[in-house]
Amino acid sequence: MVVTGAEVVVKCLQEENIEYVFGYPGGAVLHIYDELFKQDKVRHVLVRHEQAAVHAADGYARSTEKVGVALVTSGPGVTNAVTGIATAYMDSIPLVVITGQVPTAAIGLDAFQEVDTVGITRPCVKHNFLVKNVEDIAPTIKKAFYLARTGRPGPVLVDIPKDVTAQRCEYDYPRSVAMRSYNPVVKGHQGQIKKAVQLLLEARRPMVYAGGGVIQSNSSEKLVKLVRMLGFPCTNTLMGLGGYPATDRQFVGMLGMHGTYEANMAMQYSDVLLAIGARFDDRVIGDPAHFAQVPRKIIHIDIDPSSISKRVKVDIPIVGNVSDVLDDVLRLIESATSRPDGEALAAWWAQIEEWRGRDCLKYDRASPIIKPQYVIEKLWEVTGGDAFVTSDVGQHQMWAAQFYKFDKPRRWINSGGLGTMGFGLPAAMGVQLAHPGSAVACVTGEGSIQMCIQELGTCKQFRLPLKIVNLNNRYLGMVRQWQELFHGNRYSGSYMDFLPDFARLAEAYGHVGITVESPSDVEGALQEAFERKNELVFLDIKVDQTENVYPMVLGGKGLTEMILSEDL
Amino acid sequence: MRHVISLLLENEAGALSRVSGLFSARAYNIESLTVAPTDDPSLSRMTIVTSGSDDVIEQITKQLNKLVEVVKVVDLSEAAHIERELMLVKVRATGKDREELKRMADIFRGRIIDVTESAYVIELTGNSTKLDAFFDAIDRNLILETVRTGVCGIGRGDRILRI
Ligand SMILES: Cc1ncc(C[n+]2csc(CCOP(=O)(O)OP(=O)(O)O)c2C)c(N)n1
Repeated sequence: MVVTGAEVVVKCLQEENIEYVFGYPGGAVLHIYDELFKQDKVRHVLVRHEQAAVHAADGYARSTEKVGVALVTSGPGVTNAVTGIATAYMDSIPLVVITGQVPTAAIGLDAFQEVDTVGITRPCVKHNFLVKNVEDIAPTIKKAFYLARTGRPGPVLVDIPKDVTAQRCEYDYPRSVAMRSYNPVVKGHQGQIKKAVQLLLEARRPMVYAGGGVIQSNSSEKLVKLVRMLGFPCTNTLMGLGGYPATDRQFVGMLGMHGTYEANMAMQYSDVLLAIGARFDDRVIGDPAHFAQVPRKIIHIDIDPSSISKRVKVDIPIVGNVSDVLDDVLRLIESATSRPDGEALAAWWAQIEEWRGRDCLKYDRASPIIKPQYVIEKLWEVTGGDAFVTSDVGQHQMWAAQFYKFDKPRRWINSGGLGTMGFGLPAAMGVQLAHPGSAVACVTGEGSIQMCIQELGTCKQFRLPLKIVNLNNRYLGMVRQWQELFHGNRYSGSYMDFLPDFARLAEAYGHVGITVESPSDVEGALQEAFERKNELVFLDIKVDQTENVYPMVLGGKGLTEMILSEDL
Repeated sequence: MRHVISLLLENEAGALSRVSGLFSARAYNIESLTVAPTDDPSLSRMTIVTSGSDDVIEQITKQLNKLVEVVKVVDLSEAAHIERELMLVKVRATGKDREELKRMADIFRGRIIDVTESAYVIELTGNSTKLDAFFDAIDRNLILETVRTGVCGIGRGDRILRI
């Protein structure tokens, strides 16, 4: 069958069973848009800004096990998309981003809307391609999907010049991909796994530290099985929340800069640490030298060898897919004759319970001003703990992570690595499209929401009944918190003198807007929002302007050098 | 510590910039980088001379391996290997310097490959220290221009980098 390059693109997407393409048209992709128009298998979601297209594809991918797809035009379309691509890259999210390019003959001549897309995006993609021949489109797209979802996942970009989408060729979608330069490891090294199991069984103060890799590899059930079988405490990173059920007794909360007292203490004082699909980053273990002061044996399971021993030296590295490695670990433990020393474990748990007794997330429940933590607790109650929650970046993000107890994987959707304000709303659109009947909340702040607020238009057009929970503290709260701690309360640039009336703004877009100013109205407003099943409800909740996120490990400090709330 | 890293990568447009981009993005040192296609034209071979602590070198090899177009990576300096570099030096050669420069080129087993009334171009190969030594052996004021290829390296004996 002889077809045009643009038809090839659309056929490839159909072949990959892509439901939604998030995009924005322009000159260089017009042929592709024309082909999208002529079919109805792949649906196009017209966003209002290319950054949002990529975030929406990203939210779609994070909440499913599928690859998200975005389509943007050359030049400004690409540069707008870069923030989204970098966000996905930092969190290892599988995306295929198709970008239009100026015609082949114009490349390099500073043509209208030309940028060096492959060059600009190179440091923030898993891989990228410039397709110069129409025959190469199908094999390249096939490779792009394969690269995006295998190994350590990530965004892959395919740049296609306009003339190539107009040329014709025989269409044939390759069945399989073979790349001699790319062979991701799956199985872990058996000898290493044996050693790891041995160490786990000898542990006296064990700790399981699980990150986003558990979510990505769909290994939550295996993690739960392992942790329960051994009776060990378990913590999740910001990216790993939901990987282990937060309401379970063996869960000690999130760790890291704003982690719980008990999680950070248990990390530091463990004698055997099992790290699974996590990468010991600076927000997680603080100062690595301080972390190294306590001797402990570390087992590290990760698909990416370069994540192992990058910041913290480990004793037993296991490179492999978390899911496959956990299978092997579980099998060996099940057949092992010994079990960890019960007495030692009981003493360790007693210590952990004592730490937990500090109640480090305590806040003033009697406050006449709405406390942001209270809103998240109520959100959890009203949604039965079963909503998809996206967030932006700032204090509200940390409160959502601390107070919404995620029991299932892929329910907590946030930009952990890049920390991209503006992520929450468009990501929620992708989540809602992937899960049409489910409750999807976007927890945001008045700063972040304004970075992609235009997407309220997309939500109306595609009837996305999101619940936006705006924790409005009139400050760029996280910035204000740092200025309070490090800069003598000089709130430089962190206060917005003018803010819109968000409820009326939402109404202007055809949605429901509710302003909440009193603690007694919070629950009712949330209930109303979730009862309005077919409408987007924007809850503008006026919260305490002075509240800070605790515990907090200051930059460069050790994990156990936490500042706790004054309320404690 | 100085390391010589050798890699095979797909001979595709953009592969070189992925490698050099990696070094600059992650603030790794590059002393020299050479690249050319191999006997198999679909593959390029690259030699990178870099330096760093063991941890940094470990990260460099891991990060290189992660690049999709990189097929194989070895740290040549982990075992016996040979390094060679080619240098062309243009020197002012007049009067009694002509004889002296000729003599030095001979001692360093170089060849004079271009001769004019006032200048020679001398071709020298060897490891980097030998080429450096040549500068010390001649009167530096006579040097008009130099160009060096950077190091290329290969393992000794049975150490073979192929796919
Ligand atoms: C795109 C972007 N710009 C700047 C920052 C730096 N930053 C981190 S948190 C924050 C404040 C966020 O304010 P808001 O959304 O109101 O949330 P709050 O902290 O008040 O809950 C800023 C400016 C960022 N993370 N992302």
